[in-house]
Amino acid sequence: MTDFEPTIVAFFCNWCTYTAADLAGTSRLSYPANVKIIRVMCSGMVDPQYVIKALLEGADGVIIGGCNPGDCHYINGNYKARRRVKLLKEILPSFGFEAERLRLAWIAASDGILLAEMMRDFTEQIKVLGPSAPKLRMVI
Amino acid sequence: MSKTAKIDVKDQNLLGALRQFLKAVLDQEAIHAVLVPWRLPMKNMVMPTLITDPERLERVDPLSPAFPMNGAKVVSRLTRKATGRKVAAMMRPCEIRAFVELVKLKQARMEDLLIIGTDCLGALTNQDYFKWVGDDMDQATQTFYTAVLSGKGEGLGDVSLAPACQVCEFPVPAGADLAVGLFGVNTSDELLIEAQTPQGEAFLEALGLAGAEAPSGRQQSIDKLVAERTAARDEMFVRTREATDSLEKLTRYLANCVNCYNCRVACPVCYCRECVFVTDVFDHEPLQYLLWASRKGAIKMPTDTVFYHITRLAHMSTACVGCGQCSNACPNDIPVMELFRTVAHQTQRAFEYEAGRNVDEAPPLTQFKEKEFEEVVGIS
Repeated sequence: MTDFEPTIVAFFCNWCTYTAADLAGTSRLSYPANVKIIRVMCSGMVDPQYVIKALLEGADGVIIGGCNPGDCHYINGNYKARRRVKLLKEILPSFGFEAERLRLAWIAASDGILLAEMMRDFTEQIKVLGPSAPKLRMVI
Repeated sequence: MSKTAKIDVKDQNLLGALRQFLKAVLDQEAIHAVLVPWRLPMKNMVMPTLITDPERLERVDPLSPAFPMNGAKVVSRLTRKATGRKVAAMMRPCEIRAFVELVKLKQARMEDLLIIGTDCLGALTNQDYFKWVGDDMDQATQTFYTAVLSGKGEGLGDVSLAPACQVCEFPVPAGADLAVGLFGVNTSDELLIEAQTPQGEAFLEALGLAGAEAPSGRQQSIDKLVAERTAARDEMFVRTREATDSLEKLTRYLANCVNCYNCRVACPVCYCRECVFVTDVFDHEPLQYLLWASRKGAIKMPTDTVFYHITRLAHMSTACVGCGQCSNACPNDIPVMELFRTVAHQTQRAFEYEAGRNVDEAPPLTQFKEKEFEEVVGIS
């Protein structure tokens, strides 16, 4: 499926990954327009239900971006996010969602280049996986 | 540490012996009330009932296969704040384990409480129970415990234990103050009382019961039962995974769901005081539905059925004790317990956690370490 353009929902922490996305923009770095960014105050506020809802509504991939270990603006929100991602990676594959459709990354505010690279990499990875099941069939 | 005693059974009357025992418990100066499974005067139903009058203990029936709710929530209501008065609560092992989870979530307290566990003979689903029980409850309960304790299951007619009970590998209480032993005990003569905590030990002492050793065959019969149940459980896991391992199959599995949320109400460990699914978040504008329908061509109403179930799995599966009340509460016979136990087994294993095992173990999503699960993080 070469002309498949995935929809990717990104939950980016206000203090690091979102700032990195801003930096990528001001540095005129480009990244795929497939990624729809939602700014959150901390990766630790991303309840599993946000990820589940995004996937069931037809997102082909979800990225959560948080601060590097030790750098969380709220001390430990990123560690909470990590446990929740661990949990989701246990639950979602039981129902046929590939674990690779969910990615957690630590990206610092100064890592604009890294962020653009990761967005390209993730988009490519999702293109290879193809559309997720909810895009193809009815979800009740 | 454990200390054991026995209570005598006369004329094969197990209930009589248990009632005597509870009377002795309620007689203790320290105990203000007992919470016990109790036959309602107005119908052949057994409900958790808080009793202070010893005369009322005549209707106690902990061996009935009625299991209309998981009592952990009721005990949480009694213990969430200090009263200065101690209650003795009689619970099934799955109720104790759910209660332990609620204590960890600060929705219940161990203080002012004496937990009396019983070897669990299992229960019938509500529907089977109503069909089966008849008018003579003494007869019904006796038929039930005789059938289960003989190991043959004869006499239950065309009903069998609830699906959750058939795959339950925790038929024996752990962490109770006092535990009533039935399996591998010669119940026509005696019942075993085991103290599983220091509080239980002190209490057993105060009750002044005749000391006794656990019968030599007891551990063996428990091991055998647990092995059978574990095997049945693992088969159930395989069946359920096979039935739900794609979105297509999962939606078929949940297709009867009408979003009544009874499973969530019945769940003892669904801990949110207000579930997000009944908040304004899901009080969508009427136009919103029309826009969704326009985008997709068709939307099933009410919406968000699969979303609800997967979210509930994410929120409470690490605390699931497998009591089966979700299936019991389902009006449309969805095998909810099977799905939740199967996923819960996986999520609890991922965090090396077992719901209800130990009150000192923090729930997996309430704690974290700096270095852990690094395999789930990565920029590529």
